[in-house]
Amino acid sequence: MKYVDEFRDPAAAQRLLDRIARRSTRPVQFMEFCGGHTHAILRFGLRQMLPPTVRLRSGPGCPVCVTSAADLDRAIALAHVPGVILATFGDMVRVPGSHGSLQEAKAQGADVRIVYSPLDALDLARRHPERPVVFLGVGFETTAPAVAATLLQAEAEGVPNFYVLSVHKLTPPAMRAILDAGEVHLDGILGPGHVTTVIGARAWRFLPEEYGVGCAVAGFEPLDLLQAIAALVEMAEDGRAEVANAYGRSVREEGNPTAQEVMGRVFTVAAADWRGFGAIPASGLALRPAFAHRDAAQAFPVEVAPAPEPKGCRCGEVLRGVLEPPECPLFRRACTPQTPVGPCMVSAEGACAAYYQYGQG
Amino acid sequence: MCLAIPAQIKAIEGLMAEVEMGGVRRTVSLALTPEAQVGDYVIVHTGFAISVLNEEEAQESLRLFAEIAALEDAGEEGER
Amino acid sequence: MAERPRTVLLAHGSGGQLSHELVQEVFLRHFRNPVLASLDDAATLTLPGTRLAFTTDSYVISPLFFPGGDIGKLAVCGTVNDLAVSGARPLYLSAGFILEEGLPLETLERVVASMAETARAAGVEVVAGDTKVVDHGSADGLFINTAGIGLVPEGLCLTPQNLRPGDVLLVSGTIGDHGMAVMMQREGLAFQSALVSDCAPLNGLIQGVLSACGSAVRCMRDPTRGGLATTLNEWAQAAGVGIEAEEAAIPVREEVRAACEFLGLDPLYVANEGKVLVAVAPEAAERALAALRAHPLGREAARIGRVTEEHPRRVVLRTPFGARRVVEMLAGAQLPRIC
Repeated sequence: MKYVDEFRDPAAAQRLLDRIARRSTRPVQFMEFCGGHTHAILRFGLRQMLPPTVRLRSGPGCPVCVTSAADLDRAIALAHVPGVILATFGDMVRVPGSHGSLQEAKAQGADVRIVYSPLDALDLARRHPERPVVFLGVGFETTAPAVAATLLQAEAEGVPNFYVLSVHKLTPPAMRAILDAGEVHLDGILGPGHVTTVIGARAWRFLPEEYGVGCAVAGFEPLDLLQAIAALVEMAEDGRAEVANAYGRSVREEGNPTAQEVMGRVFTVAAADWRGFGAIPASGLALRPAFAHRDAAQAFPVEVAPAPEPKGCRCGEVLRGVLEPPECPLFRRACTPQTPVGPCMVSAEGACAAYYQYGQG
Repeated sequence: MCLAIPAQIKAIEGLMAEVEMGGVRRTVSLALTPEAQVGDYVIVHTGFAISVLNEEEAQESLRLFAEIAALEDAGEEGER
Repeated sequence: MAERPRTVLLAHGSGGQLSHELVQEVFLRHFRNPVLASLDDAATLTLPGTRLAFTTDSYVISPLFFPGGDIGKLAVCGTVNDLAVSGARPLYLSAGFILEEGLPLETLERVVASMAETARAAGVEVVAGDTKVVDHGSADGLFINTAGIGLVPEGLCLTPQNLRPGDVLLVSGTIGDHGMAVMMQREGLAFQSALVSDCAPLNGLIQGVLSACGSAVRCMRDPTRGGLATTLNEWAQAAGVGIEAEEAAIPVREEVRAACEFLGLDPLYVANEGKVLVAVAPEAAERALAALRAHPLGREAARIGRVTEEHPRRVVLRTPFGARRVVEMLAGAQLPRIC
């Protein structure tokens, strides 16, 4: 696979690791903000191969994990509305809400369908004009433009029965929240490569400028991650803080202006509830008033009881980088992929699931 | 959020493109990358191209890795 | 608070952890006997002067027809293969059909013709059957149950309990072909490729290995639902041994790799319907590999790992980077993801 295999070359990886080991003289802690990075690091076993001076903490960059129980409960309630088809990415289906998951709702008779693309949900709406199709819009800035473009296409084609329930969130506010909370000391941040493809490398300038923390934007192949880690180590050793673009083949300084424009046409910034953080102002995306007729939350008002956090669940601390999954008392005991207590164990890129799946032998 | 893969555009019709990676083909939307051309590699996420892969940058990265490899090997040699 | 599910979920049918728990907690709890409890692919029954292997399977796949096969071919191959991996010569099958009212007779005819052709190729006969019809909407068109019997040669006892540290693990070819070929046909995924299911009767291939290696073969299994990773875990747990596999040695077609990358899936957990995993004593490994490769269905056979006394009951994979990661059984089926 072109542009994939070359970035998985084990010999080049070893050389990068040698360089990192050579340059790293003092202990440093970097946050791999993005769940996709957590997954890739564990899949390729990179954590084991880094020198002991370099520590990686996983963060809240898993949009599935940070979806609040109340939001998920709302999606489940919508799925139970007679006639509704609830279309969702596969990631969300097993996440526990307050009373079960979308998968369990399906077992009880709700029409829940897994799609690869929001366009597939729009296709469902075309093929079933008599039934409302609600697409569960989860994801950060990588995904929101795709959902926005799909909604605009529904408008252009005149497909009235396509709705979106937006639980989209923005990543820079979450990063600020972690740094402001000061719970975990960070010497650098691995920037999310595909979010940054949309929002642009310059979106992270606030990290060195306001917090004195360096950021290396990383892709998802082993060489991409190692190159970004090497850049962060160099910065830490030199006492520099800046934004390094280590994913130049996809990320530009200004990002993808078309994607930003499409996203902005459909969505407006709003407060959002983050599992593990509570409410963060200006951190979510809501449909603009012009598209109120497509907003599932308005079209199908449902009753959702306040959702308490599951007892003993420490997902919040894992998401804030304060606790590593093996440090959670429920990890591998009450909380396993078969019986997940919190979302970090369910989502494929949740830190706990990744640690469990790809645990070190 | 993060799962996106590079695939090559084989054909374009309007804003829809047929892309291919490793022998697998799919139709994706170019609504977010309308400037993409046949032959370009695009990064595909949930059925949309979210960027056109910059092949020069890709080659530059790979050259950099080779350079690091040479430096590390030379360093090792120097240490013996 | 985490709870065991109280209703049947699709995940119970996926071959992963929940499936195994259902078997333990419901079926084994009631059907108590040592033959069943060994959970081998076929039950080996001792009768006066004879040992028989006996197995059953149900097929509920949708769509009914997919590149490389159909539900009928799958049904015959699945049961033939369960008998063959137990060391038996497959002889006779039964076929029970549950038909949905409204199913075109032409569709039924196509499926049955395919079963007959596959049975002929495998050298077995369908000697008993049954048909039921259910209301429209109660079955995905057509469900099939097959049971099969075969003769087990004197002295041959293939079971994971035979596994010992040092034993070599071989796979007969590329993994993930069937599962990905079928998945790509699914509504809402719409990928195209040249991938076809590897669905095939393996009794000829397996006979070749048994002839070449005899009692040096410890056990065999066809990694169907849940894929290679699930079978390796089943063996590790049944035998209380560790298993170490080399990721780079596991053969995977480029299209399967690519399709998995698109959807965020791991080929190790994807179903196979025409592959066999063979555990063999180390001194017979080369002979076994040669015997597999000599057969048309085993041309891409490869040595993929070994049994070890380290990390008992766990399967560890060595990545191409030399790192090691534990490969667990999944809770349920793998789902396409965007993260």
